[in-house]
Order: sequence, then C-alpha cells, then structure tokens
Amino acid sequence: MTEQEKKTTLDEMFGEFAELVLENVTIELDELKIALRPMIQQVAAQVAKPALSLPKSLIPAKFEPPFGDYSTKIHEVTIGATKGEGGTRSNSVTIGGHEAPAWDLFQSPPKHPPIIAADVFDMKISLAKAVKTHYKEVMEDPAEWAKLCVNKFGADVITLHLISTDRQLKDTSPNEAAKTIEEVLQAVKVPLLIGSAGDPEKDGPVLVKAAEVCEGERTLLCSATVDVYEPIAEAAKKHDQVVLSWTSLDINQQKELNRRLIDWLRPEQIVIDPTTAALGYGLEYAFTMMQRMRLAGLLGDSELQYPISSGTTNAWAAREAWLKDESLGPRELRGPIWESVTALALLLAGNDLFMMMHPAAIKTVHDLIDWMKERKPVKADDYPDWTAMALPEGV
Amino acid sequence: MAKLAGPLEIYPLLPGTNCKVCGEANCMAFATKMAEYTVKLRDCTPLYEEEQYAKKRVKLEELIRPPVREVTFGTGEKAVSIGGKLVLYRHDLRYTNPTAFFIDISDALDADAFAKRVRDIEEWTYVYIGQNLRLDGIALRGVSKDPQTFAKAAKKLVELTDWPIMLCSLDPKMLSAAANAIADKKPLLYAATLDTWSEVGEIAAKHGLPLVAYVPGNLNDLASLANTLQAMGIHDIVLDPGTLSRSGLGTTIDCFTQLRRAATVKDNDVIGYPLLSTPISVWADYREGEAPELTKWDEVLTAASMIVRYSDIVVLHSLDMWTNLPLTFLRSNLYTDPVKPVAVEPGLVKFGDATSDSPVMYTTNFALTYFTVESDIKQGNVDTWLLVVDTEGMSVQSAVAGRKLTADKVAEAIQEYDVEEKVNHRILISPGMAARISGETEESSGWTVKVGPRDSSGIPKYLQEKKWQEE
Repeated sequence: MTEQEKKTTLDEMFGEFAELVLENVTIELDELKIALRPMIQQVAAQVAKPALSLPKSLIPAKFEPPFGDYSTKIHEVTIGATKGEGGTRSNSVTIGGHEAPAWDLFQSPPKHPPIIAADVFDMKISLAKAVKTHYKEVMEDPAEWAKLCVNKFGADVITLHLISTDRQLKDTSPNEAAKTIEEVLQAVKVPLLIGSAGDPEKDGPVLVKAAEVCEGERTLLCSATVDVYEPIAEAAKKHDQVVLSWTSLDINQQKELNRRLIDWLRPEQIVIDPTTAALGYGLEYAFTMMQRMRLAGLLGDSELQYPISSGTTNAWAAREAWLKDESLGPRELRGPIWESVTALALLLAGNDLFMMMHPAAIKTVHDLIDWMKERKPVKADDYPDWTAMALPEGV
Repeated sequence: MAKLAGPLEIYPLLPGTNCKVCGEANCMAFATKMAEYTVKLRDCTPLYEEEQYAKKRVKLEELIRPPVREVTFGTGEKAVSIGGKLVLYRHDLRYTNPTAFFIDISDALDADAFAKRVRDIEEWTYVYIGQNLRLDGIALRGVSKDPQTFAKAAKKLVELTDWPIMLCSLDPKMLSAAANAIADKKPLLYAATLDTWSEVGEIAAKHGLPLVAYVPGNLNDLASLANTLQAMGIHDIVLDPGTLSRSGLGTTIDCFTQLRRAATVKDNDVIGYPLLSTPISVWADYREGEAPELTKWDEVLTAASMIVRYSDIVVLHSLDMWTNLPLTFLRSNLYTDPVKPVAVEPGLVKFGDATSDSPVMYTTNFALTYFTVESDIKQGNVDTWLLVVDTEGMSVQSAVAGRKLTADKVAEAIQEYDVEEKVNHRILISPGMAARISGETEESSGWTVKVGPRDSSGIPKYLQEKKWQEE
C-alpha cells in the first residue's frame, strides 16, 4: 500500500483529524478542536493500522472513570435525639454529607442514604381511595396512625401535619396542637417532624409552640417560608430544632431564604425543599431544581449546601394516579407506581428526605435506596440473555 | 460540562455571504443559533450545494457534532433518531431525542398472536397536554433460536408495520439471516459481543446497519469493542453496558452514568454513542405461576431509572397503561426544554360560544395547569370564560401556598381584563385547590365565589349540572 492510499483511507475515516495527524496543520481553530476532542487523535493513532484491513483481534481502549472536582460537601443534618443526646427517641437519623453528585457511585457513594417520612395528619382528610384504604382505621387518631406507619409500613421517621390548626378548618390552638404532638411522641420512638397547616397567621405560633414542646427532640419544623420565617427560626434557635426552608420552585428565592435563616441557625439546622410537583405535572422543575442545588452546593455555593426534602405525596395531584378509569389499568397499582416513580426521579436528582404516604411506594423507595447505594460486582454470566427468553405473553 | 462550539468558532466556517437562504438575517445570526442547536446545519444550503464550501462544511460538521453521536434507524416518517446528546444535565442546555421505547415481540408467536402484538404496540397511546404519547418501535427477539424462523418473522414484521425494528439475538447466524431479509428497512442490530464482534460487525458493515455493542458490566471492554467496531468502518454504534434490576440496579446506574459523563464532560470520544438499556431483563426473575404485576413493577422502576440516567433507547416487555403511562410521562417531563416558558399569557379566554350569561372560572398561568384545564373544557364541550391569573407560572396549589395566588391578584385580574363588561352576573368559579382564599376573594372583588372541583377533570360535569348557579 502506498502512502497516498493510506492517506486517503484515513481521510475518509477521520476527515480533518487525519489531516492534522499527517500534515501537521496548525491553525488556531483546529487547535481549539483538538482541545475539545482530545480522544480523537488517540483513536486515530490506535485504529490507523487495523483500519486498513479487518481487525484480527479486539483493539483495546481504556475507559477512565470520569471523576469530577467538587470543592465542598453538603452539610450533615441530624434529626431526632436519643436519651443520651438529650431527647427521648430510640434513634436519630442523619442526612446529607455528600461529596459528589447523587448516585455517582464511582466517585463517592451517598454519605447518608436518603430516608422516608410517612405523613400523618391531625384530623381526617380527603385522600385518594388507594391511599385511604390503608389508613381508614386510624384517620381520627394521629398516635395510632403514626404507629401504623412505623410498625407496619417501615417509615424511618414521622411527619405530623397539624392541618387542623388552619383557621378555615378547625382553628385548633397551638396549645391543643401541642397535646397531639405529645401523644405522637409517646406513641412512636422514631424521630418526629412537625408540619404546619399553611395558614400564614397560624403557622408561626403553631411551630413556635411545637419547638417548645419538642425541647431536646431535635425535630424538623416544616416549614419556614419567605413570608413566615422569623418566629420559626428564632424558636428553632432557642430550642435547638431543625428548620425546613421551603420555597416555590425558585432557586434565587431558596438562596434568599437560606441567607436569612442563617442569621439565627447553624448550617446543621437547615434542610431545603424547592417544592415537589407531580410526575406529569411539573416534576421536571423539581427534578432540575434539586439537581442544580446539589451541584451548586458541591461547587462551593454556601447558600445551597443543605440536604434536600420532598413532599412526594404531591404525586397524587396527578389525576392519572387516582382517576377511576378502567382503560388506564387498576388504580391500586397506578397510584402507588405514580408516587414511586415521582420519588425515584427525585432520588436520582439528589433528594435526601421523602415525605410519602402509600405503603407500597414507601416500601419501593426503601428497596430502591438499598439496591442503589452500592455497586456490587456482577459476573457477565449473571446478565440474562433477554433476547432468547420465553416470556409470559398477553398478561 | 464539555465546551460546545461557540458562535465565534462557527462563524468563520460559514459562507459569510449573508444570503439569508437559511431564514436568518445574516451568517452571524445563524452561527448564534447553531451554537444553541436551535437550527440545523443543513439549513445553510450553500454549504452543501457549492463545492467551494466543501472543506468548511466538513470542518463544521465535526465542530458541531454532539459529544454523543446521533444514530438513526428505520425508514420513512417513522424512522427514529437516538442520542445526539449535547449535555449531561438538562439544565445545561436541553436534552434532545427523547428516549425511544421499543417493545419486544417473540419470533415464536403464532401468526394471530404476532399480528395482535404488533397492533397493540402501534395502538398504545394517551393524550397528554395536547399531544399523543406513543411508543416508538418493535424489538424482534429470536426466541426460536432458529435463523430461518427468525428471518421469516422479520419479513412478516415489515409486512405488518412501518415502525422501526430492532433485531435481537446474540447468535450471529440469526442476525445474518434476518438482516439479509429486511436490510432495506434499516433495522438496528442487537448485538455484537466480545465473542461475536467479528462476524456481527461484518453483517452490519455489509448492509450498512447500525449496531449495538453489548458488554455487560465492564466499561473497558465495552470501550474496546466500540473502538474495534469503529475501526471496521461502523459508525452507527449504540452501547449496552448491561441492565440489571433490584440488587444490580446500583451497578447499572453507575455504568450508564460513567459512560454519559465521560462522553459529555470528559470528551471521551471512543464511547460517545447513544446508550441502550433493557428493562425487559427483569423478566428473567419471573417464575411461572407468579403474579406478573410484581415483575412489571420492577420493569417500571428499572426503566424509570434508565430514562433518568441517560438511556437513549429502552427495550420493554410490558404494554399496560399503568406501566407505560408513568414512563412516557417521565420521558416527556425530562425532555421538555428547560428554557421553554413555564407560563402562558394571563388574560380572559373564551371557550365555545360563551355569552354574557356563561360561567366565569379562573385558573393560574402555569402552562401545564392552563393546558390541562383548557383540554378538559374542550373535551367537555362547554361554553365558558376562563380568567387566567398571573401567578408567575405557578400551579394553583403551589401558588396559594407561596402567596403568588391571592385574593387581591384575582380581583385585579377581574378588573384588568374587563370581566365585568363581558358578563351580566358576578359569580366566579374558583379552582378547588384555591378554596382557602375564596372568602377573601369575595371581599376584595365583590364577586360571589363558588368553589369548583379540585381537579379540572370535574369541570364539564360541574358546569353541565349548573352547580355554580345553585344558591
């Protein structure tokens, strides 16, 4: 083979890059491209010879794990306190602490695996039928409700939502709400999270009271918002609680609120929640917010270095999750898979704390975390040949 | 993130004549849009038609080639393109070419079951914010292990459908027979392995077909295989690092993540190809007599993980609504352009033949909320006014909680869009999710507020039963 023929072949294969290799052309633009695609030349060098005839053996290429450089860690936040830690819980849980983007296992596995909080309400509420089935016996008794979630459904922690304090619902006073908190603290020994009703007049006083009665328990107060944050932050500081900093799908607002909270709180007292929208109804906004927040936190943005929480129960806002429509398949499956897939997307985006409801979805997300938290060596033979399997058809 | 070519790198390689054939004002404007990948290089026709630009064109094509190459297969309108990815994270720019869903069919099915399966795949659909969600292609599996049966099934398949086809077998003889039979339909071949690359590579090269390189769980070997296939002159390569569910899911997600990250962030060109996953593999754990729902559940979880983690094509067995609806929704969500406006224009919208006696409802200007409400009103075929309140693009529930939807805002919107001149009555129907602010809204607006259904699917019934006019 002549040199001319060889050149033609390479030209066909690699276009300008072969040209670069052979003619040593150096113009600015091309140099730039070499910088952009450093592997090309390597490939050109590697395959140049075998390309002229059919390769007789595999042409080795080395794959380098694509490590990233991350300058900072996500803060670790501990919720709940045992007797030794000044509280009455049987255990505490820690979230965050990550040193790499979510589930980049090759770089660094999650420092603390995400956890699941089951939602408990302090009054009967309207729920999708597939969810209600599992709670109808306990819907008027938050203590029993909490026990069911822990003992039967395996919740790591409980979120007690004091929605009855809403002026438009029962307008329960902070003192009455405190009694419910104490009942639930008695009923279960896992860490407790306290949610307010979303009533701008009542949220402050209710959460301030909650911070007081949970003295020593290191509870998560849900939530401080841009409208109501001062009394909550102050009470959290006074009683050493943790605060959920909740904003509405706006990363700048999230930074702003965190900046204000830090006047009262230490970084170990803040968890952030950018709002969860349901699968099919804006999930991508939550997904991208979480992904951006985690990356920003790892790259040194001190206002976003916090573990992330999601109100995953919002998945049920999607009508496809609950609509009674046989053509969409059984809603007993459709609902929990909707909540599970919503959670899974956010799990991969970097969420740390899931507030959930359907027992099958809770179980599923626990399983997923367990399956995903480490790489297990698998032999090539353990991958099934799916191309030739006989499968059940039409089921 | 890898550095994509900027306008100043693209511009010198364009003709520079400002001929406007592409529809842009000048070459710089085209270069700017090219850098954002919102125009196609092909739109610059002189570049392709005039010999003097040939060299520039070749350089440009290389310059703008996505870090993950695009692979197209199938023919005609139904042809599918996968890969072509520009970035690792959707917020870095956007994801292109939504994950293709391929559903399997066995070559061992009898004629009726075979035809029915094809029909079921083609007909699977769901209307979601004004678009029909659909599946994308058919994966023919060589269950028979007989090359002639496999080839016959392939032929049968192209008679029945014009959808893109993937030919799936690890046996080169099977692939050779079927590729011979339907090469003109440009199927995707699955797969070349460390053992079969030489034979299967030749089949792909001979027919000019795209080819999957399959090496489970070993990225070095997968890179070597891709490297070798490329040396054989095969450029349309798809990579399969192996899919495991359950306790193998961590390993699978890790392999996919490493591959995509290496291609987009580290410019590793050897593996800069689309990725294929096989959630169908979960069926290996299925035991006869078990409830198939549990296996389907696993298949959904595996597929959802792979859609999020960079799979450009997935092979599935389940064809149920409850399994594929969440997956197609997830795909839609993640492939939405993140810079696409979240909001629609606020204002008063008229539906049907709304008159001064027709009801007035309100909603928010979050695009998804608006389009869902719009589609429900249209499906119910009702005459009504819809007041779209500016909530800075937030849904009803979030806007109420985040104080973006307040009584004062609703009252302002009534004034701003002259609603009182359009209707005789003063009754406003509020979304069920905004019940909290209905009392305050009555005070600020002077209108009577009726709380409508919590989900807009209830609107047609609510209006037909004239509930808003009840005392």
